Amino acid sequence: MYAIETTNLTKKYKTLTAVNNLNIKVEKGKIFGLLGPNGAGKSTILSMLCTIVNPTSGSATVNGYDIIKDSAKVRQSIGIVFQSISVDDRLTARENLRFHAMLYDVPSKIMGGRIKEVLQLVGLTDRADSLVRTFSGGMVRRLEMARGLLHNPEILFLDEPTIGLDPQTREHIWDYIRTLAEKEKLTIIMTTHYMDEADLLCNDIAIIDQGVIKIRDTPEHLKGFLAGDNIIVRTKFPDQLATGLFGQDYILQMQASQGTLSLNVKQGSMNAVRIINSAQDLHIVVDSIDIEEPTLHDVFLHHTGRQIREEGDDNFISMYKRKRRGR
Amino acid sequence: MRKELRGVYSIWLREIIKFYRERIHFASAMTTPFLWLIIFGGGMGINLRTGVITSGYNVFIFPGIVGMTLLFTSMRSGISVIWDREFGFLKEILVSPISRTSIVIGKALGGATNALLQGTLLLLLSFIVGVHISPLNMIRIIPIMLLISLGFDCFGLFIASIMDSFEGFQTIMSFIIMPTFFLSGALFPLKNAPGWLQTLSALNPMTYGVDAIRGIIIDQSQYSLNFDLLVLLVFSSFMLFITSWIFNIKK
Repeated sequence: MYAIETTNLTKKYKTLTAVNNLNIKVEKGKIFGLLGPNGAGKSTILSMLCTIVNPTSGSATVNGYDIIKDSAKVRQSIGIVFQSISVDDRLTARENLRFHAMLYDVPSKIMGGRIKEVLQLVGLTDRADSLVRTFSGGMVRRLEMARGLLHNPEILFLDEPTIGLDPQTREHIWDYIRTLAEKEKLTIIMTTHYMDEADLLCNDIAIIDQGVIKIRDTPEHLKGFLAGDNIIVRTKFPDQLATGLFGQDYILQMQASQGTLSLNVKQGSMNAVRIINSAQDLHIVVDSIDIEEPTLHDVFLHHTGRQIREEGDDNFISMYKRKRRGR
Repeated sequence: MRKELRGVYSIWLREIIKFYRERIHFASAMTTPFLWLIIFGGGMGINLRTGVITSGYNVFIFPGIVGMTLLFTSMRSGISVIWDREFGFLKEILVSPISRTSIVIGKALGGATNALLQGTLLLLLSFIVGVHISPLNMIRIIPIMLLISLGFDCFGLFIASIMDSFEGFQTIMSFIIMPTFFLSGALFPLKNAPGWLQTLSALNPMTYGVDAIRGIIIDQSQYSLNFDLLVLLVFSSFMLFITSWIFNIKK
């Protein structure tokens, strides 16, 4: 049985098709990432799988339960961390967890112990009885992850888990996610528009754009799929060097600009030496040379024909603070 | 079923915890009825000499002011849904395995508890404005107050679930609350009122709540207690039904 299985899952909003005939299967125990720009349909897919939104057509099963017919069972078997904050900041961390435990019918006998366990897991034990409004953004996120795990779900959904957090906090959260996946033997389904996040955490990635999955593989394969590495040569005479290198079979692409020559070559680390040798033969001084292995950014660019959009990356903490002030 | 009841309990408990943390609001909410009773009731009563009100004006409007307190508190408690939505917490509740009907019941009971506490406190303090209620009558009034509160709580939740902003909610509220209050016979007997006003009041569920409480306190009522209770019961059930229904609609 798959953790997730969708059949022609489609969601239309008036004229916009947010998700178009989605067919995916996700094996249990994976950290599956839906990678795509804002508005690609990631959150809509998640909302349908979490039974918050009904699909326009098609169907899906989560842990073997149908998302329309067995929505209560689906909900009981999943944990969700939403993109925006969804804890009550006027309750304490423990009260938030207790509320959740009761809603998900965690037996009273084990409730206290389980709350302690998840608090420990996310490192919030010493702040358990503080009001959530005194928490930092990273702490709120961790509390939400603890809450998502509280009722022992089989799948944890994370919608943009580190959006708007500072780099250091993001790395912490990544550590926690990895720990959770190991300790709780979970399947994790996450959406993100951060390449580094998907690359670091996920072992199964689907690149999605405009409601359609463009490609799906492990991050290593996705990156390996791109033929060449990027080499940037800094020299005073890029045009001459380009002329000299023209026609070499290992060069896939070449572009000269002011002071630099950018190349896309097969097996970058090996052929960089050949480029330097050619330069010496031409008596051109090379100031520096950089070799870059392809990143998911290049993979994304390759499959969607555009850069992933970073704008609209609302800082959710600042939004939250702004709202909170008006309260 | 046990799961659902536990869900209702947890939602109710959260409302109570939050309510307790903001108990200062409770004190401020209690000043309004006393302003009505002491200043309006006191000032107006002296100048009113009509054969219809035999009990003294203060005593006459007391049930109306109890009703008003329940009405204001209950309807406004619907705003918690807008808060929860605005701050994202509503999602946590909506994706939980418990049914939407349980969510509505839990929320309504939370608001009703608040209203009921205010109503009961008002009954206990009634001697200040010269109203005497026997302990037995107080106990008889409580279920009536509960029905009124639940009905208007659900009404408030209904409005909150179709409005998406605080401003919208407040605007609609003032459109509904004041007419409901004035058309309920809270401040004057409906018996001598013009026909159009009597008709409107008869359509107002609050009328029956005020009538029932007044019947118990000063033994002056327009309808029988059983009829009042029946109307309130139908009103509360109907509001619960349509509010659950609107909560169940998925976007």
